[in-house]
Amino acid sequence: MPYPEMMVKPMRDEMTDMGARELKSVPDVDAELGDQQGTTLVFVNSVCGCAAGGARPALRAALQHGPKPDKVVTVFAGQDTEAVARARQYFADYQPSSPSIALFKDGEVVHFVHRHQIEGKAPQDVAKNLAEAFQRYCAPAPV
Amino acid sequence: MSGHVFHPGHEELHGITVVVSGRSGRTYVGRYHERTPKGTLLHDAGVHDPASGQSLDDYLKRTLKFGVKAEQKNMVLPDEEIEEIRKLAEFE
Repeated sequence: MPYPEMMVKPMRDEMTDMGARELKSVPDVDAELGDQQGTTLVFVNSVCGCAAGGARPALRAALQHGPKPDKVVTVFAGQDTEAVARARQYFADYQPSSPSIALFKDGEVVHFVHRHQIEGKAPQDVAKNLAEAFQRYCAPAPV
Repeated sequence: MSGHVFHPGHEELHGITVVVSGRSGRTYVGRYHERTPKGTLLHDAGVHDPASGQSLDDYLKRTLKFGVKAEQKNMVLPDEEIEEIRKLAEFE
């Protein structure tokens, strides 16, 4: 059962404030994740302070320096259930967990961060994981 | 709102994905919730049964890569079954 919207709004805002586009419906998800080109990061948001409370600042930090994905989008687990279910179809090889983070390149998942890789870790450790993935997959190819 | 927790006063392992070695030979992987009078409650838990033929090492490697394949939303493990509890992240 979803939490009251007023309780989760700050968590939504934390994502949009860092430039993520929030996907709240199946058509929203398909518009962003169908027929992808370039790099797209999908952040599965969560109310869980144990993990999501660190994951959001980690992503924000990772996006501040160096290469970054062409697009950052987010769906909210437990809140926008149809959008989340649809998004998970795009990374169906990976078991559902929230928060979690999928990085796509040209429609293929190239990096995935599970909840168990976030919980109990400092945001800077998760940010380092993401920054390394951005460097590997999002940096322009050398000419 | 970073770090906001809706469930204060929880145990140290609350919310952490753990690997529970069972005295039966089974291994359970799930999100630790709390210790109850009936045992330890895990959420979204999967089980490795040696009778499956898959080695525990393979099961854990696959779990680390693709996540926990949850077979039960809520799983209570009696104290007498629990031999050891470790964080899944320790196996990376």
